[in-house]
Amino acid sequence: MAHFDENAKPFSHKWLDERLAVDTLDRVLSTEYWIPKNINFLWAMGMILAATFGLLLVSGIFLLMYYQPNTATAFDSVNYTIMSEVGYGWLWRHIHGVGASVVFLIIYIHMFTGIYYGSYKRGRELIWLSGMLLFVTFSAEAFSGYMLPWGQMSYWAGMVITNLFSGGSLHANGLVEWIRGDYVPGQAFLNRFFMLHVLLLPLAIIGLIVLHFGTLRIPHVNNQDGEEFDFEEAARLYKEGNVKESKVIPFKPVFLSKDVFVMGVYFIAFFYLVFYHFEFAMDPVNFDPANGLKTPTHIYPEWYFLWSYEILRPFSTNIGLIAFAIAQVIFLTLPFLDRSPNVAPASRRGAFKYWFWFMLLDMIVLTFMGKLPPQGIWSTVGLIAALIFMALWIALPFITKNEKKL
Amino acid sequence: MKELKIFGIVIVFTLVLYWGVEPFAHSQMHKHVEGDGFAYSDLKAVTVKGDAKRGETLAAACIGCHSIEAKSMPAPMNAVASAEAYGVNPPDLSMAGALLDEKYLTHFLLNPAEVTKSKHFAMPPSAGSEQDAADIVAYLQSFAPKEVKPKEAYEFACGRCHANRYGNWTQIGDVPKTKSNIKTGVDLDALKFQGNLGIYQNKLADYMGKLPPDLSIIIRARSEHFLETLIEDPQSQLPGTAMPRVGVTKEGFEKVREYLEETGDPSKPARESIGKWVILFFVGFTILAFFWKKEKWHGHH
Repeated sequence: MAHFDENAKPFSHKWLDERLAVDTLDRVLSTEYWIPKNINFLWAMGMILAATFGLLLVSGIFLLMYYQPNTATAFDSVNYTIMSEVGYGWLWRHIHGVGASVVFLIIYIHMFTGIYYGSYKRGRELIWLSGMLLFVTFSAEAFSGYMLPWGQMSYWAGMVITNLFSGGSLHANGLVEWIRGDYVPGQAFLNRFFMLHVLLLPLAIIGLIVLHFGTLRIPHVNNQDGEEFDFEEAARLYKEGNVKESKVIPFKPVFLSKDVFVMGVYFIAFFYLVFYHFEFAMDPVNFDPANGLKTPTHIYPEWYFLWSYEILRPFSTNIGLIAFAIAQVIFLTLPFLDRSPNVAPASRRGAFKYWFWFMLLDMIVLTFMGKLPPQGIWSTVGLIAALIFMALWIALPFITKNEKKL
Repeated sequence: MKELKIFGIVIVFTLVLYWGVEPFAHSQMHKHVEGDGFAYSDLKAVTVKGDAKRGETLAAACIGCHSIEAKSMPAPMNAVASAEAYGVNPPDLSMAGALLDEKYLTHFLLNPAEVTKSKHFAMPPSAGSEQDAADIVAYLQSFAPKEVKPKEAYEFACGRCHANRYGNWTQIGDVPKTKSNIKTGVDLDALKFQGNLGIYQNKLADYMGKLPPDLSIIIRARSEHFLETLIEDPQSQLPGTAMPRVGVTKEGFEKVREYLEETGDPSKPARESIGKWVILFFVGFTILAFFWKKEKWHGHH
């Protein structure tokens, strides 16, 4: 039985510490959570993602108070009630819409930072895997949210994406109908995507964020040189006051002070987009109400899904579906396909350097082609880019196996 | 500095990405339509000068179908009966002289189907000569108001085919305020209005081929350039559409656009006034954060 001081005032520091170990928590989670000093602003992307998720959560709660998940009223509850009648409803919606788009930009930056610096191996595999699971759940969250305004693009994107589950030649139409709850997207469809968007997926995301943070604690954050050093020794130096010689800084307040600064710069850009340049995140086609009798001329997903959409599109149905399925999960295998023991920036890793930049450029090309109508030269470029994507993944184990040990 | 170089690389890739999925993709997806600035340059210049006095006499033919409220001339039939007779309710002509282009209107009176580019246009040719047409136009202009309100422009130019539910507008007028029976909850007047609207919309759909869309939020569904060129000449953006060329002036279009913005994007003024303060707040926040960071990192390198 622990000792409790009977004279401690309720909710005083001592009282709380005896019951919650707040001092230990603060030490373990922030003041003695050591971060390498040798980092750049890209190391702040995690906190920026957390902040953006916070904005999405808060704005989502406000929107939820007026949104109506009903095929007859959903469109107007968003575009009229929230946009014209609710005080600052437009602001919450624009924050939510822009946030949903920008969060993916930051996720991609965060991901490619991890790939560039090799932050997914030698003890950091679970950081990568939990991060990729977050990417998958964020994708599902974004897609389900996109259904809710019940505009033309909601309806037709819902139609196209759920159709994928028929599995091409498998003709698993029963599965598609089971997912939709109907033959075509309708009330049952809207209701279940509403549930997924506001309950199940956010719960999964919050759980995965906790896991993602947890996976960081023991292997520690990587640094700009992939240098491995004794954290305990570095921490001892720091605590002794040799902050200049020590290779680490505490999460609070030193690392946090830089995070907050980077966040400030980010918020300037973010709110500029919210107020003056939100069109990129709110597709015009979705301002036409859903109409099952009128297919839009161009159906395309939001920009962050375009690269994988383009891996689906240039092939015949069955091959396309298989390629698409592989593209969805291939990044999860990165820590195991990279056979090199080196944890270092890509620039020092020989052939991997080219692999990294080719992958990045190829995914940008795929993204461009995914939005363009699949005609003429565009479909050829798309096909080549999709093949290069596959080839790069096949090549990865071979080029990393032959990598010189640093 | 290395960190700034990395920042530059991230920014460049982000901008390239943006360029590819937004401006470039949209330039490839939508055909480019060059506007004419509402000059109606396909129509010949009118060489004769209109005489409003003579026009007034000639306009006697107009009021068989049209009302001119500015001259206290009522409509011969209500909107629903008009739709049953012609397929659509003919507009009140009080503002025609203010909103329609003079050259367009003159040619329109001579040959409505050709000038509107709408083969089944309900109105027959209504002037015997260019002089007659010019006279009627001069007459319509003689009482046209100097200033037209955005909603009035919408009603005249679009509102008899296109509802605007966010603006409370239907093809047969504003949705009236009615009361339901307190014991039953039945609102007979509203039901009657809906019934009339239904008859009108059915007739209109027969006339146009389909019910023209509600334009509540069209300002966000289409680009301004699309709307401008579409209204100037519907065939340019939607070849084969039943929508007639209306013939509004540049100012008339601006009024219509203003109304569409009021109903479809009412937060624009608030956005523009609040936005700079929010951004200014975060600039201040960032400056403070910078000094905090500087202080905390002092002596670390």
